[in-house]
Amino acid sequence: MTAVAARPGLVDLCALDRLVPDLGVAALVGDEQVAVFRLADGSVHAVGNLDPYSGAAVMSRGITGSRGEVPTIASPVYKQVFSLVDGQCLDAVGMDPRPGRGPDLPVYGVRVDHGRVLLDPRPVR
Amino acid sequence: MTEHVVVVGGGMVAHRFVEALRARDTARAFTVTVLAEEDRAPYDRVALSAFFSGTAPDDLALGDPTLWSDGSVDLRLGSAVTALDRGSRTVTTAGGEVVGYDHLVLATGSYAWVPPLPGADLPGVFVYRTVQDVVALRDWVHARAAELDRPVRGAVVGGGLLGLEAAGALHGLGAHTTVVEFAPRLMALQVDEGGGATLRRIVEGLGVTVRTGAASEAVEAGPDGRVGGLRLTGDDAALPVDVVVVATGVRPRDELAAPAGLATGQRGGVLVDDHCRTADERVWAVGEVANIQGRCLGLVAPGYSMAEIVADRLLGGEATFPGADLSTKLKLLGVDVASFGDAFGQAPGALEIVHSDPVAGTYKKLVLSDDARVLLGGILVGDASGYAALRPMVGAELGSDPALWLLPEDAGARPRTELPDAAQVCSCNGVSAGEVRASVAEGCHDLPAVKACTRAGTSCGSCVPLVRKLMAVSLAEAGLAVSSAMCEHFAMARAELFNAVMVSGLRRWSEIVGRFGTGRGCDICKPAVASVLASLYDEHVLAEDRAALQDTNDRVMANLQKDGTYSVVPRVPGGEILPDQLLLIGQVAKDFGLYTKITGGQRIDLFGARLEQLPAIWQRLVDGGMESGHAYGKALRTVKSCVGSSWCRYGVQDSVGLAVMLELRYRGLRSPHKIKLGVSGCARECAEARGKDVGLIATENGWNVHVGGNGGFTPRHAELLVEDVDTETAVRVVDRYLMYYVRTADRLQRTAVWQADHEGGLERIREIVVDDVLGLGADLDAQMARHVESYEDEWAAVLRDPERLAQFASFVNAPDTPDPTLAYVEERGQRRPATDAERAAGPVLIASTTLEVRS
Repeated sequence: MTAVAARPGLVDLCALDRLVPDLGVAALVGDEQVAVFRLADGSVHAVGNLDPYSGAAVMSRGITGSRGEVPTIASPVYKQVFSLVDGQCLDAVGMDPRPGRGPDLPVYGVRVDHGRVLLDPRPVR
Repeated sequence: MTEHVVVVGGGMVAHRFVEALRARDTARAFTVTVLAEEDRAPYDRVALSAFFSGTAPDDLALGDPTLWSDGSVDLRLGSAVTALDRGSRTVTTAGGEVVGYDHLVLATGSYAWVPPLPGADLPGVFVYRTVQDVVALRDWVHARAAELDRPVRGAVVGGGLLGLEAAGALHGLGAHTTVVEFAPRLMALQVDEGGGATLRRIVEGLGVTVRTGAASEAVEAGPDGRVGGLRLTGDDAALPVDVVVVATGVRPRDELAAPAGLATGQRGGVLVDDHCRTADERVWAVGEVANIQGRCLGLVAPGYSMAEIVADRLLGGEATFPGADLSTKLKLLGVDVASFGDAFGQAPGALEIVHSDPVAGTYKKLVLSDDARVLLGGILVGDASGYAALRPMVGAELGSDPALWLLPEDAGARPRTELPDAAQVCSCNGVSAGEVRASVAEGCHDLPAVKACTRAGTSCGSCVPLVRKLMAVSLAEAGLAVSSAMCEHFAMARAELFNAVMVSGLRRWSEIVGRFGTGRGCDICKPAVASVLASLYDEHVLAEDRAALQDTNDRVMANLQKDGTYSVVPRVPGGEILPDQLLLIGQVAKDFGLYTKITGGQRIDLFGARLEQLPAIWQRLVDGGMESGHAYGKALRTVKSCVGSSWCRYGVQDSVGLAVMLELRYRGLRSPHKIKLGVSGCARECAEARGKDVGLIATENGWNVHVGGNGGFTPRHAELLVEDVDTETAVRVVDRYLMYYVRTADRLQRTAVWQADHEGGLERIREIVVDDVLGLGADLDAQMARHVESYEDEWAAVLRDPERLAQFASFVNAPDTPDPTLAYVEERGQRRPATDAERAAGPVLIASTTLEVRS
């Protein structure tokens, strides 16, 4: 079971069991913070933990949900809603992101292998 | 008598055609057979890259799958058509099947064109067009990474839209990626030189190498016969690579046309007129394979238009191709790129306004008419937030200062221009502002309804903010009430949900949303359901599956502050505090370096506690006999009191005693909004009780009970509910008032608004809670008794539970490491979060403040 860490480029974050469905966790990958979510349907998603609208590293503490068919995460600070699939901000609640930040969250490739949660530390988009 | 339509091809445009025909052919005059080459039902090719962010191929499926099980539609997968015989009106599939038609729609799309490049057939060379392509690419990169034991090196030949998509995919797979483009800039068809330069800087900033003005000469094999290098003209050595993606454009799949005697364009594509009809009136071509108005169009929006036109024509309509809108907005490698209208300023006399910000990494250009008034087109790179608002303005006047449109959206300066009805809002589906407005007038009163009715925003979604705005304005103009639905997941208001949950006896989120709602919920309905469950069952806020329903405040039982740390408020019932507890609070604040402030509710707030510090802080407080103050909850906050008859010369009743009793009675009571109480020991009202949800004011004979007051945004004085009652009666009346409020108020509705909106107002509430005309009294009393009896300190319970404690880690892979983004400065002897300017200016106290001696 330790062999999975050998896959180059991927970072072993934790056991899948550590993720409670719909309760996000933050992970530290180098200097970057990533928010990881295991949804009730079993899928695992990872986005940047930094909330572009408040500047605080809190996305892991938001509430998961859906807009239409898109699984979402809401910022716990000012309640912007982001897609967990592509990181796009779906509802900016009339606010602008903090200076120097785009409206969307980076999305990371994440997968589960032998019960471990593996993250590709380079954002997909 | 039905006619038979055969669609050759199973892509996005084929899907749209079938959908449109089925939706409009209400008389069932047509049956449809779709012959698709790929083995999967039509999917969203535009979103192909989402596959790499974890989207399963099946999630890319387009539209409602029941379309294909409709009795009059026959979708045949893996059925490539190899021949067309117009004489006998039949097509033949690769499997030898012969299918007759009355009408034939060619929707074969394009194939990824690979230039004559020696070595392009080596293993490890891919194209980027189908789900099969991306699966093969992923598998190859993963396999090579495992074999080589180092990051895979990849090259993408082609730096256009598709090439950057492919580069994003390779980069996302962990490959060291180089983009090779023959033109002097990236995305040469969509952006100009300035935009290309900005795009290049951003892409390079992501770690992708860019080679422009570079010609690929050959793919070279490595010693194992697989891809080993890419040779560029003029380079001394080949670029060492393990995988090559060729993304040099697409060509129409028009091979059925010529043998069947149908004309094709000089650069390919089946020639059609403005009605998408070929020279044979029974044969049509739509999408990328159609050569319309002299060219083939590689975007989905005009393809959709063509599909709608053919459906319309078959049904006897007169639709005509309006000309292609080649506007695009994309996110490539996380970079926004948009190009619309006359992006290159080719109109005679066209003027350009350019705003380029190398620091922010944005490039924005507007092309204007020669009088600088009318918008003709534009290019946005790095920040395309203005696209949704700008694109529909093409052809319209921008106002006196067009440059304001280049400012970030909602900066406030942008002129408020009413969109003309004719302005196209959704270019994917050709929906105008007027159509959105009309749909609202016809009864679509929320976004899902408007989208379903007009199709606006259902393809790429970039116009959704604009559609929402148009809808909101139209609704307001019509004076229409906004629906009482809590959110898109629950059509009912909180009070109805409360009853539904109570009557059903359901206790789990999945059961409740399954029975009464839809979807996965959101940050509005989830906490509301959690609050209802907490009010009904007096269980821990984190019991069962409830942690995930709670706002972060309830989830970690502390108040989130602007920098992501929390504040901690121990309960101080009635504002009465032991000196030892004051010392304890002070010592905890010193030990953890917390900023300290007295609250308006007669207690002490400790700011700046990090998530992972909360259990240690609370362990100290609980050990010292203190408990949660629920400052974070929609729940009872405080019962404020004056010192009353025990010390005050004027006090007539023991206000502190009653305040302490009430606070201990209602502590932890979950409600639609926060609840505050006050108790004053005489008519001088030093506790400001009439500014509270419930205020008790002492009289010579007992208490006057006032209800429905609050401070805040709209201050209200509480109104008299009962007069001169003894303590026991006062408590019973307050019990019932609060419980009745908890059951029937709307989400986030304070008592003042609730009782004003209640049918019959306070008068009716008095009849219910004092005179018990509805016979609810015993029930309300019992519910409150249950609450009082079952109360336990939430924090003490969590400290006993290792599983819940595990949720207080800062990082799942570094549970005690402080958030490295925190930074503080000292002010008046304490710390506060550093501002952006202070962070930029130099050294600030980082997370572990110097004041902190333990963590």
